[in-house]
Amino acid sequence: MLIKLVRRPEASRTMALLSPLIALALTLLAGIVLFMFMGANPGEALYAFFIEPLTSLYGWGELGVKATPLVLIAMALSIGFRAGVWNIGAEGQLTLGAICGGGVALWFHDTEGFWLLPLMVICGILGGMAWAAIPAFLRTRFNANEILVSLMLTYVATLFLSYLVHGPWRDPDGFNFPESRVFNDSATLPMILGGTRLHFGWLLALAAVAGVWVLMARTIIGFQVKVIGEAPAAGRYAGFSINRVIWFTLMLSGGAAGLAGLVEVAGPIGQLQPSISPGYGFTAIIVAFVGRLHPVGVLLAGHLVALSYLGGESAQITLNLPLAVTGVFQGMLLFFLLACDVLIHYRIRPAHAVAVREA
Amino acid sequence: MEILVPTLLTIITAATPLLFAAIGEMVTEKSGVLNLGVEGMMLVGAVVAFATVHHTDSAFLGILAGILAGAGMSAIFGILVLGLQSSQVATGLALTIFGVGLSALWGQSLVGVAYEGLPKLSVPLLSDIPLVGPLLFNHDILVYGSFAVVLAVVWFLGHTRPGLVLRAVGDSHDAAHAIGYSVLRIRFFAILFGGAMAGIAGAYLSLAYSPLWIENMSAGRGWIALALVVFATWRPWRVLVGAYLFGGITILQLHAQAFGVGIPSQVMSMLPYLATILVLVLISRDQNKIKRNAPACIGKPFHPTA
Amino acid sequence: MTGTNEETPSDHLLALRGMTRSFPGVLANDDVHLTLGAGEIHALLGENGAGKSTLVKMIYGILKPDAGDILWKGQQVSISSPAYARSLGIAMVFQHFSLFDSLTVFENIVLGMDKRESSAELRREITEISRHYGLPLDPDRYVYTLSVGERQRIEIIRCLLQKPGLLVMDEPTSVLTPQEVEKLFETLRQLAAEGMAILYISHKLDEIKALCSRATILRGGRVVDSVAVEHETPHTLAAKMMGEALAAEPEPKAHTPGEIRLALDRLDVPSANEFGIPLRDISLDVHAGEILGIAGVAGNGQDEFRKAISGEVTVAAGQVRIDGTDCGHRGPNARRLMGLSSIPEERLGHGAVPSLTLSENSLLTSFLRLGLLSGGFINRSACDRFTDEVIEQFRVKANGAQAPAESLSGGNLQKFIVGREIRQNPELLVVSQPTWGVDAGAARAIHDALRDLAAAGTAVLVISQDLDELMQISDRIAAICAGAVSATYPVDRVTMEQIGLLMAGASTLEHAAEAGHAD
Repeated sequence: MLIKLVRRPEASRTMALLSPLIALALTLLAGIVLFMFMGANPGEALYAFFIEPLTSLYGWGELGVKATPLVLIAMALSIGFRAGVWNIGAEGQLTLGAICGGGVALWFHDTEGFWLLPLMVICGILGGMAWAAIPAFLRTRFNANEILVSLMLTYVATLFLSYLVHGPWRDPDGFNFPESRVFNDSATLPMILGGTRLHFGWLLALAAVAGVWVLMARTIIGFQVKVIGEAPAAGRYAGFSINRVIWFTLMLSGGAAGLAGLVEVAGPIGQLQPSISPGYGFTAIIVAFVGRLHPVGVLLAGHLVALSYLGGESAQITLNLPLAVTGVFQGMLLFFLLACDVLIHYRIRPAHAVAVREA
Repeated sequence: MEILVPTLLTIITAATPLLFAAIGEMVTEKSGVLNLGVEGMMLVGAVVAFATVHHTDSAFLGILAGILAGAGMSAIFGILVLGLQSSQVATGLALTIFGVGLSALWGQSLVGVAYEGLPKLSVPLLSDIPLVGPLLFNHDILVYGSFAVVLAVVWFLGHTRPGLVLRAVGDSHDAAHAIGYSVLRIRFFAILFGGAMAGIAGAYLSLAYSPLWIENMSAGRGWIALALVVFATWRPWRVLVGAYLFGGITILQLHAQAFGVGIPSQVMSMLPYLATILVLVLISRDQNKIKRNAPACIGKPFHPTA
Repeated sequence: MTGTNEETPSDHLLALRGMTRSFPGVLANDDVHLTLGAGEIHALLGENGAGKSTLVKMIYGILKPDAGDILWKGQQVSISSPAYARSLGIAMVFQHFSLFDSLTVFENIVLGMDKRESSAELRREITEISRHYGLPLDPDRYVYTLSVGERQRIEIIRCLLQKPGLLVMDEPTSVLTPQEVEKLFETLRQLAAEGMAILYISHKLDEIKALCSRATILRGGRVVDSVAVEHETPHTLAAKMMGEALAAEPEPKAHTPGEIRLALDRLDVPSANEFGIPLRDISLDVHAGEILGIAGVAGNGQDEFRKAISGEVTVAAGQVRIDGTDCGHRGPNARRLMGLSSIPEERLGHGAVPSLTLSENSLLTSFLRLGLLSGGFINRSACDRFTDEVIEQFRVKANGAQAPAESLSGGNLQKFIVGREIRQNPELLVVSQPTWGVDAGAARAIHDALRDLAAAGTAVLVISQDLDELMQISDRIAAICAGAVSATYPVDRVTMEQIGLLMAGASTLEHAAEAGHAD
């Protein structure tokens, strides 16, 4: 070992804030290397990836559109992660939210009304919650690992959506494409910025940030989440119910993911399709960590990671780079972040500075 | 009767990747480390193996490359969780997300490329025995290899001193450290083994099972392998049984689809995932059983010189 | 050089010179010298935190010294690993055993052996040693099925198999009954007579008087003296160990017990899993104004017992009664509202959350009783105020109410936790291991606080493995063994030996006496 980790007496707050920035810098450096390997000019590629998408108002609007589901889901996931409840099936809960909320829109496809959208929102949230209730029930009742159960249910949800749009919900006038009818106007989220696709869902995400902040900082429920996540035995000692926290966090994240799914189909997509998310449910895990499991951090990280989606599309168009670069960037960002987080709890010292005789 | 042998053969091909991935993960977990990145390691193993065969025309080099790729991925995980004390759960998830992206990137030019599959190695004479012959003695090298690995793991964990040390490290890293074993080194090797096996599982998918490269082709098998380890309560023979059980379910639903049973194909395709949940519930219900068999240190970080 | 020694270093089996080792913020060992000859039982004496464990970890190669020399049989050596220490002939029995619960006794022993020998041969040696030294053990049992005393035997046999020249024992008696201690001492004396050197780490003065010939005394990481034990009394040793002599603890006063606060009526708790201990048929009353001590060797169900009283584990309603009201089925917070406070043995992670602030840790047990919530929202300023009061009244050394719990020393955190509960004016307090790993000053402060609380009319139940502590502070005493609690006795009517019998499983002293006659 060339370096030595020396544990800090207490966690460093400075490093907790700096670590994502260092990780971002390292990701950019690694990106340069990656682009060089792929034969692209790193300068051009970085420009296409990170600057070009934001050179128009429309681009900023798209940033908000992509960030909306990420922030919504990551916000709720971060609470679960704090409690040590690992819901990694948000993608499935998102799908169920889209199915349930979208189902309402299809049922009332020839009816207009101000009540339709709120009803869709409620059904979307309930759909996501119902899907998350399965791992919650199996974990609290049978001790089944929520990571694996929620993940398996993601595959099931995707197949279920595929069945619906290939079968019963296929648009009768759609030339046999596996897509539902297009939602009518009162089943579509209103736009909030002219000339862009930025929709009302973004405001919902902002509201969620505020709500989660208050919840975690000021309420006993947020306190319970922190205690159970840090020290379950202390939680039992305090009289908090671990099962209740599991249910709470899974319902919250399931509901948020369901809402995100509904927002996607009632917003930018406007109908049900076999694929309604480029993996927002998984990417939100990255957002939650990069955002330090803190509401404001998640808000910033959500927009940063949203940029990587836009950048991938832009780099594909202008430089003909594969879209998969986005996933690699996101993965690297999380790796570097996890690596940099060591600085929060440890100081790094060169091994020779400590007077020891190594074996 | 004439459908039986082909069906059983496809079950073997469906079970083999699960078996490799699960037995590797089991060894990693026995040392006290939970690596949730199996899916990502498998995908990278698959794409690297396929690309290597495509460029070198050597199945041997392809398999070797798959192994190295899986081990390389797991090395990243090992450095992060052992060297830099990162959370095992978070790092494993990161490994999967990264692996999905990386394999898609590398595989871009390989989509649609054909490969005839790994050659079958028939055992002379034995493979001519009706029924038994084709079932047991006419496979590609990886199928034989998967059984060899199970045997080797049984022998290693149960009958060798390094195997005993590995189990001990998973049971109590503090005690192992106090007696003087290098916990981090032992865990790193266990992680590498798990990665290598996930890599070979991926290689099997792209070189023998399909054989071709498709984005995200593991389709959750890495996660099913993780569930299999729990199902097997960390015992190698039961990993074997579990892998074949799941191989069976996968194939039966495929055949049912082919026969046009009046159930939508998507619903049939859900079966392996639903079966995984069911199995997890059945096995986890008995908390004592899990507690008795699970390595006591699983998922817990270890920092020496505390 | 210590200067007290005229002999040349080569006469010594082990000589330490100028051993120094620091940790972030602490100089754990500062220029420590020590010499030790064959056949000598040498005490390493010091308070918790004096640096004893650090020193022996360097001798055994677990920690590397920042500076200093180790001479083994006159040769300078650099002990880089435990394996190397063992190859030299240094063996060690750990305070927290280095055993593997899910493996068998035999596998545990194999793991501690460096040379490979056939398992048949090793089994033969194990049998031989266990017979020779009176340490019976079944090699095929799983460790999790064994008692603490049996586990210690594995460690000792594992050491003896290596035929070491030096045996290091770190606080070996904290887990034994007085009778088991006597048996251990016989074994150690036999080993010393056969020429083995023993470095015996302890802070128990009586034991050192009974066993050791020389003692090296550590305080704050430095050697304060190295003495021949026969010229010392426990009092002189204590004065050297602590620096300033603490005023003697007051004798237990005769008390008039008040009404019954806590009544356990045939408390039965099945074990959650096979690593746990089931509680069996425990009946017990704790009165207002008294301190009832529960003695017992570690791992006999103490934790389960406290949890059943605190409400972390619930039972049938009538099995636990507080002030006459059935509450066995109620959770911790319902019982807190009935006047109960409890303090678990484990400070970090059970009694307090390491990464949270002291203020948040106050909230942990007080949010209902002190009314710190309104509509689910936390009244943080009230919480900070309460925390400041605790810090001030109990002289907790901490960087304010916003300091994370993990930044406090063990003694200060324990004072904080005890203070947090006492400031809530409990009518009934259950506390486990109140002074475990705490320095003498903090231990004294905690004892005084418990006495004051009882004097003010609170019923106090103290569960402790430290028999000396219980004899000092309790009015009545009982013992827990294998999940059952013995009859209780006034502390001034029983001897240490009698309590030892109760700790070993006698339900009453009458039974123990009969069993003694039957032998």
